[in-house]
Amino acid sequence: MTLEGLERGRRARIVAVDWDRLAPEDAARLRALGLDAGARVAVAHRGVAWGRDPIAVMIGRMTVAVRRSHAAAMEIEPL
Amino acid sequence: MSGLRNAALVGNPNAGKSALFNALTGARQKIANYPGVTVERKAGRLVLPSGEPVELIDLPGAYSFEPSSPDEEVTRKVVHGEFAGEATPEVLIVVLDAANLEQHLVFAQEVIALGRPTVVALNMIDMAERDGLVLDPNALEQALGVPVVPTVAVRRRGLTELVAAIQRAEARAEGEGDDHPQPHLTLPERRLAAANIAKGAILSETAQHRLHAGLDKVLLHPWLGLPILFALLFVVFQAVFAWATPFADGLEALVALVSEQVSALLPAGFVRDLITEGVLAGVGSVVVFLPQIVILFAFILAMEASGYMARAAYLMDRMMQGVGLSGRSFIPLLSSVACAIPGIMATRSIADPRDRLTTILIAPLMTCSARLPVYAVIIAAFIPQATVGPGIGLQGLVLFGLYVAGIVGAMVAALVLRRTVTKGAASGFIMELPRYQLPRLKDLLIGLWQRAWVFLRRAGTIIFTVTIVLWLLLSFPKAAPGESQVDASFAGQLSQGLAVVVQPIGFNREIALALIPAMAAREVAVASLATTYAVDAPDEEAAAAGLASQLSARWSLPTALAFLAWFVFAPQCLSTIAVTRRETNGWKWPAFMLAYLFSLAYIFAGLTYWTAVALGL
Repeated sequence: MTLEGLERGRRARIVAVDWDRLAPEDAARLRALGLDAGARVAVAHRGVAWGRDPIAVMIGRMTVAVRRSHAAAMEIEPL
Repeated sequence: MSGLRNAALVGNPNAGKSALFNALTGARQKIANYPGVTVERKAGRLVLPSGEPVELIDLPGAYSFEPSSPDEEVTRKVVHGEFAGEATPEVLIVVLDAANLEQHLVFAQEVIALGRPTVVALNMIDMAERDGLVLDPNALEQALGVPVVPTVAVRRRGLTELVAAIQRAEARAEGEGDDHPQPHLTLPERRLAAANIAKGAILSETAQHRLHAGLDKVLLHPWLGLPILFALLFVVFQAVFAWATPFADGLEALVALVSEQVSALLPAGFVRDLITEGVLAGVGSVVVFLPQIVILFAFILAMEASGYMARAAYLMDRMMQGVGLSGRSFIPLLSSVACAIPGIMATRSIADPRDRLTTILIAPLMTCSARLPVYAVIIAAFIPQATVGPGIGLQGLVLFGLYVAGIVGAMVAALVLRRTVTKGAASGFIMELPRYQLPRLKDLLIGLWQRAWVFLRRAGTIIFTVTIVLWLLLSFPKAAPGESQVDASFAGQLSQGLAVVVQPIGFNREIALALIPAMAAREVAVASLATTYAVDAPDEEAAAAGLASQLSARWSLPTALAFLAWFVFAPQCLSTIAVTRRETNGWKWPAFMLAYLFSLAYIFAGLTYWTAVALGL
């Protein structure tokens, strides 16, 4: 299961990230924000009307907006 | 070490650095650019308890020393003393968001590991408390090994203690001089350590405050979010027109009064004409738009300070993706609504180079405040003051339509550019959504003052000079009896050539004449028209009549509409061209920008004119 498919409000832990699927700059930014293996996350919001992109991810007390394509590269395990 | 001591604020974005900077230095700040890059350098003066002044700089927010944007690159270089011409900060003040320790400590450790005299400001501690977090600054101090001072920048809490700690750190910097770097930790190690340190510093923690989540539920709602954003923007534009009117009228009356006084005091002749027809008619007609510009900037600054701007980027991302950009481009483009120069400079937060270039190229299409004088005077002259619904004025609606035209033009241009000159893979959108905050009046006022000052300085320098030169060109040589002064003047002769080119799109000689000096800045067009018609007026009374009534008497409606359409597209701003050259390191892109925007301006002004004439307007 990936972060993209995580139900809104449900908590999960990132177990692995397929960095090769992401552009190097995006990967660096995600890591800088702490979206990496081991992080505990939850999906707070799913984006606007059509496409439901981007999504707002809670990590700790911070909310980070990412694209669905980023979330799809993050393998999670629901808590 | 050169004379003045120095210190720098570092920290993650959204740590409250700017508010702390304002609180520590007051309104006397120097804003410039770092040489070679267009990253804003904010410097101010802080006086230590010992009476010694310290130059404090506010470094761009960064998540780490591994830069992923030009902003972060500047922070890394300055802190490491690798930025040519910039003194290495003797003391580093790390600003932490107390409610976000686990994330902010990751970068803080990297800074502290440099082993330089460092002070930590545990900022926004009141917000953390309101969020149900009870922190132990002493535990944090022990874990980090540097002084930790709890602060609330916006309420000036903890500032005395912070300044005292900075003084002690400065003394240390003087005493030792040598750094004591600590062993370098990898990112996962730092992150683990951050989590542990945060855990150790948090005495108790209750569930997160519901207010933010509640606000986001509405403002980021999949179906309501965008309509709310657009409604807000619509209110902003209505306000810009409605609220500014009394102030603008007051300023206009003031200019008229000064003009009258000058006429009464000075004998008729060259000097009096220069002051009344040249300076007051020209500069005065631009200064009256200050209220509108201030109101527009007040809304933009409040949106930024409240944390809503990042939400707007989030909401716009899907749409921007449609034209090959990301939500990140929304903030520079919205800033461009005030002025393309800060807008183009704000593109530096866009990591992807092609995204960034596209955003720079379309930024001048957003309706900047310099167009407001032009739009406002034409709308006042040609659009009746009718209402088309409860609280919706026709004039405001037309203005809104012009803004929309700019936005649509920009989006279509982005779509085309992304498939041609800036072709490449689409980039991602990753952005922190900061917590909501009530903007503080003082911070807003400092920001507004800086913006207003930039505008007034332009009015006092570029516009002042251009207006006087134009007035001289218009006033000499003197017309023979029976001949129009404009026709006889140097400027009139100069504009003959251009008039031939713009005549097919409905522009008259006076417009051709106004377009030349308006290359310096768009609002000069208004000043030029005012100067031209003042010079050309048959008597003092006609010259005194407002520019709007002069225009409605002399221009046809199709000409006025074509003139509006021209200014939606025309890149008439030397500063924008200069900043584009600096941002793109060469003349290629500014030249391209000029060519494509002037072509669009000509085509759309022409289409507007021909359509209006065909419709019999």
